[in-house]
Amino acid sequence: MPRPTSPAQPPDPAAAAKRTTVSAVPETPAPAGRPAYSSAASPDPVEAEALARAQAGDHQAFAQLYAIHKRRIYSLCLRMVGNIAEAEDLTQEAFLQLHRKIATFRGDSAFSTWLHRLAINVVLMQLRKKGLSLISLDEAMEPTPEEGPGRSFGAPDLTLAGAIDRLALERAVADLPAGYRLIFILHDVEGFEHNEIASMLDCSIGNSKSQLHKARLKLRDALRKHLPQEAQP
Amino acid sequence: MSSPRNTMSCAEFQAQLPDLIASGENVLDHPHMQSCELCRALYAELEVIAQAARELLSAVEPPDELWENIESAIKGDNGSTHNR
Repeated sequence: MPRPTSPAQPPDPAAAAKRTTVSAVPETPAPAGRPAYSSAASPDPVEAEALARAQAGDHQAFAQLYAIHKRRIYSLCLRMVGNIAEAEDLTQEAFLQLHRKIATFRGDSAFSTWLHRLAINVVLMQLRKKGLSLISLDEAMEPTPEEGPGRSFGAPDLTLAGAIDRLALERAVADLPAGYRLIFILHDVEGFEHNEIASMLDCSIGNSKSQLHKARLKLRDALRKHLPQEAQP
Repeated sequence: MSSPRNTMSCAEFQAQLPDLIASGENVLDHPHMQSCELCRALYAELEVIAQAARELLSAVEPPDELWENIESAIKGDNGSTHNR
């Protein structure tokens, strides 16, 4: 899978970091003597039980949480950085941070949302360190009128239907600017709702909807360019 | 002032499309969609992409040794905490 590229280094890494890292996961410890989260934090009773035990320091329960969430977190990291070794490092760092902070989880959001927010922070920190994709991530969170309504969108055809293969889609997703890629993965691949994504990325719900739409438009353009000749309009 | 739903231009309709899609409303019922072949085609292709993402981009299994590495890192973390 190709690595994402960025056209330029951020002019001010510290400022870029401030813009691109979502708010820190709350670290206020939960009061002792009662579950640290509401039952809404995890609709899955197995996960809820593991979560409660892991918060009390049970290592086996933490391993169970890892087993439940490892594929989604690893896949998110892999698709954001496009490199297996780096994705493994980021997944490790995300779960290490989870271990440090799990006692502070109070259930203000679903556990999965909270964990993804934590993992996204880890990924964004890494992108910042490499100086990659920061500009594009920032740009993706800002309105881009030139890509808005009224753009040309080609002939009325359905050539994409049945013509998308996994590799082409993976390539097109990897080539998206980081901000678009993140929202597309969270919504269309991971299945998060816009209100959850807005909470993870500290953006408005409208912004999340708009960026997802633009991500799909960019993917459509990219996929159409690589259609087989016979499928071209 | 926004245009009535049945006299919208493509640009006006596409400006509303992200909200329409996210609302769960049947986009195909929108009056503009019933009269505009271009916007119907655009919507159909975006739906194809969203569906392909769900079907083709499945979660990837991390290697088994990753958990061993995480356990080691946690032990190191606990050790450094206790040694402070």
